[in-house]
Amino acid sequence: MSLRSPMGRVLGLGTAKGGSHHWWMQRVTSVALLLLTLWFAASLLHFATFDYAVLIEWIGKPVNAVLLSLLIGTSTYHSLLGVQVVIEDYVVGKLLKTVVMMLLSFVHAAVAALGIFAVLCIAFGVAA
Amino acid sequence: MSTGTSSSAGSKHVRPLSPFMMYRWQYSNTLSILNRITGILLSIGLLLLVYWLIALASGADAYAKARTLLTSPLGYAVLSGFTFSFFYHLLNGVRHLVWDVGYGFEKSTARKSGWLVFLGSIVVTLFFWFLVYNTRGAA
Repeated sequence: MSLRSPMGRVLGLGTAKGGSHHWWMQRVTSVALLLLTLWFAASLLHFATFDYAVLIEWIGKPVNAVLLSLLIGTSTYHSLLGVQVVIEDYVVGKLLKTVVMMLLSFVHAAVAALGIFAVLCIAFGVAA
Repeated sequence: MSTGTSSSAGSKHVRPLSPFMMYRWQYSNTLSILNRITGILLSIGLLLLVYWLIALASGADAYAKARTLLTSPLGYAVLSGFTFSFFYHLLNGVRHLVWDVGYGFEKSTARKSGWLVFLGSIVVTLFFWFLVYNTRGAA
């Protein structure tokens, strides 16, 4: 039997509160993406020749602009969660791991911002 | 995942090894690594989606260029790979969600669902492109 206090034994072993957050958000985003991506895939089938005017009109509709923004936001978040696990598994060294993870977070944030901004520009009829 | 060595000095116990060091290659880990690979490909595909949207937002001329690029033979090849990755990751994701709820762990069931996911994603990909081709022809 250890003489260490229960607190002493768990200190430094990681959080007890947020341990499942990553896993859970991966599930939440995956269920959201199941719906959003199937909507998007089904929508793509209606465009036939992918004409500029048809697409602009489609994204211009509020429902489509909102769903498309949600799709971009959710998929970049889901992507970052997935990429994080890959980095944790294969990148060796704490510093390198942290730097790579930070850079990829920036890239994901930039991709999300650019995508949503593009959708909003089209929706509001503003030239980008 | 921790990699341990069994021969450290003074250690009486055989320490656990990482799965890739002790298991033979089999269907389950093939499907698992394919889930990860398709996930990474989809992350890269997100860049493509955003590029397409930016081109649309930049006006008719910019979009025409992007459209030419995406409908080139290379463009179609990339989009096909992207489509397969998408459907595989989606179907295998559903398989994972079913596991999360607590079903499908029996060896024979897991094997069957694995085949269903793999063959299903090929079939759905082909069907999707068939529909794309069909609507294109009709327009």
